[in-house]
Amino acid sequence: MINIWDYVISFLVGGFICFLAQILVIRTKITTARILVLFLIIGMILEVFNIYAPFKEFAKAGATVPIIGFGASLARGAMLAAKEDGIIGIFTGGLTASAGGIAMAIFASFIFALIFSSKTKRGGH
Amino acid sequence: MQTYKLKNNVYILEGFTMVGPLEGKGPLKDYFDYVIQDDTLKEKTFEKAERKLLYDLIINAVDKAGLKLCDIDFFVGGDLLNQIVSSSYTARELNIPFIGLYSACANMTESLAISSIFVDNKVANNIVAATCTHFSSAERQYRFPLELGNQRPPTAQWTITGGGASIVSNIPSKIRIDSVTFGKVIDYGISDVNNMGAAMAPAACDTIKTHLENTKHKISDYDIILTGDLGKLGSEILIDLMEHENIILGQNYSDCGCMIYDKTEKVFMGGSGAGCSASVLNSYVLYKMKKGDFKRVLMVSTGALMSTTTSQQGDTIPGIAHAIELVYEANCDNFPNNKIIKAKNSKLKNSKTKAKNNKSKI
Amino acid sequence: MDKDKRNINYNIYVESKVPKTRAWPSLIKAFILGGTICAIGQGFFDMYTYFFPNLSESEVSTCMLMSIIFITCLLTGIGVYDVIGAWGGAGSVIPITGFSNSISSPAIEFKKEGIIYGICVKMFTIAGPVIVCGVVGSIVCGFIGYFV
Repeated sequence: MINIWDYVISFLVGGFICFLAQILVIRTKITTARILVLFLIIGMILEVFNIYAPFKEFAKAGATVPIIGFGASLARGAMLAAKEDGIIGIFTGGLTASAGGIAMAIFASFIFALIFSSKTKRGGH
Repeated sequence: MQTYKLKNNVYILEGFTMVGPLEGKGPLKDYFDYVIQDDTLKEKTFEKAERKLLYDLIINAVDKAGLKLCDIDFFVGGDLLNQIVSSSYTARELNIPFIGLYSACANMTESLAISSIFVDNKVANNIVAATCTHFSSAERQYRFPLELGNQRPPTAQWTITGGGASIVSNIPSKIRIDSVTFGKVIDYGISDVNNMGAAMAPAACDTIKTHLENTKHKISDYDIILTGDLGKLGSEILIDLMEHENIILGQNYSDCGCMIYDKTEKVFMGGSGAGCSASVLNSYVLYKMKKGDFKRVLMVSTGALMSTTTSQQGDTIPGIAHAIELVYEANCDNFPNNKIIKAKNSKLKNSKTKAKNNKSKI
Repeated sequence: MDKDKRNINYNIYVESKVPKTRAWPSLIKAFILGGTICAIGQGFFDMYTYFFPNLSESEVSTCMLMSIIFITCLLTGIGVYDVIGAWGGAGSVIPITGFSNSISSPAIEFKKEGIIYGICVKMFTIAGPVIVCGVVGSIVCGFIGYFV
């Protein structure tokens, strides 16, 4: 049932994407928000050119967990909905496809913000 | 002239310092008056903690000097938060006339310089000059939320939690303020907010050079020359810049930001913040001067005068540096009128402001 | 003109003084952390496929992402994620955990300014661009899908 190869390939591909991003961080001092947007757009481009689906088939979670997968699901949702529902789908498709992630991020952040408060960083990192 | 030589004798009567837990583990830990273990100081927010820190600093400094709050004529100071709220909210509690200053991390020497000119011109007898910073409040204002998992570049510095308060007075003590130099705002076109040392080094260079020219002193006349918070990189740049001006900074040069943390702490280029020079000056330097180890000290606090808005809009970072020269007064104990002046001051104040006196005993 | 030249020279000089840190350790750390998070994601994926065989693959993917996002928010809340992030660099940013952390960290940080003006307003200070670019980009993609 559980295929070890899936885990190995997820680890390698996911790690490699982060490796590329870290090179960017070191070379260009890019900030968190910028790097997230950059990889999001890369994911969208991959989806538009139909590269993402075979890539995901190959890399499993190594493709869906990085923010690339988030961008790809936004793009795929919009494109599919545009074909099915017409003009209205162009606007509803993207967020519908990624609603789960965004809703959970907002909901969990809100709940945990109510529970926890920020702590001073322990020096040394 | 940029340099003001004090005509009358103006002294730093006493200094008091408080630092956070991380600074309290550093090499200067034995010099600090008080090390806070819980850096929220039992307050709800870090901004309130910073206020409490500043309030405690002032109260304790006044107490250590053997004065009462009603003997203090002015509170001169500032901090790093927007609209210097920590200082003004502290002044609200103190019931002392307040002169708020802002020159970022150069606040301490600017406060001391202004205070000493006030005392020199007999506008006031005793002034408390104080400033402090809090890592967490500075971090959330200038950078990112504390919980964000981001990496800092190697040129970044660590804002210290802590601060210092000094009592500037005409009552003789072993530490006399000799002259002060106000710096020019200098911008060499650095726009990287994670490289403050490089942005401030040219200002420090200009101020030190001007001070030496105007006082006709040499580098070797000083036992120690201290810059505020240039950090490792900034102080290396300063040494190079000074060399360019044909002034060689030797063994007697040091930087507060490099001194305050242990070498094993991963604080990148060292400490920064207004509290950095304030805590080192009021603990280590004053202690060494009272013992007579340092006879002549040049203290140059440096500040970067940008805001989050200007740096987001891509503006470069202007730097500023103010210098004060402290001189060891060996025969202070022989001053016959030491006690008398002290008594006279407090008596005068008491009779004048009796109502105020009652109020300010918080 | 002279000043511009001086500033350019100074910037070049400062650039040469900046200590060169070895890049390899941080690259390897990013690789390990990013890879581990993706492997954990795969674990969730397999788990949900096993327990809920009726769900489609994309639904399972969504569940997996939601679980990771939830765990990241929890780790951010208890003050562990910033330590992980400082260790792993981009390895903590690029997986969906980075997005989640960038929403929850300002929410927790600015709680002190109140629920409306603190948590709700500041929640998107860092992740806002991701959602804006995501929505705008998806609409562009929708147009592409509609006309092509």
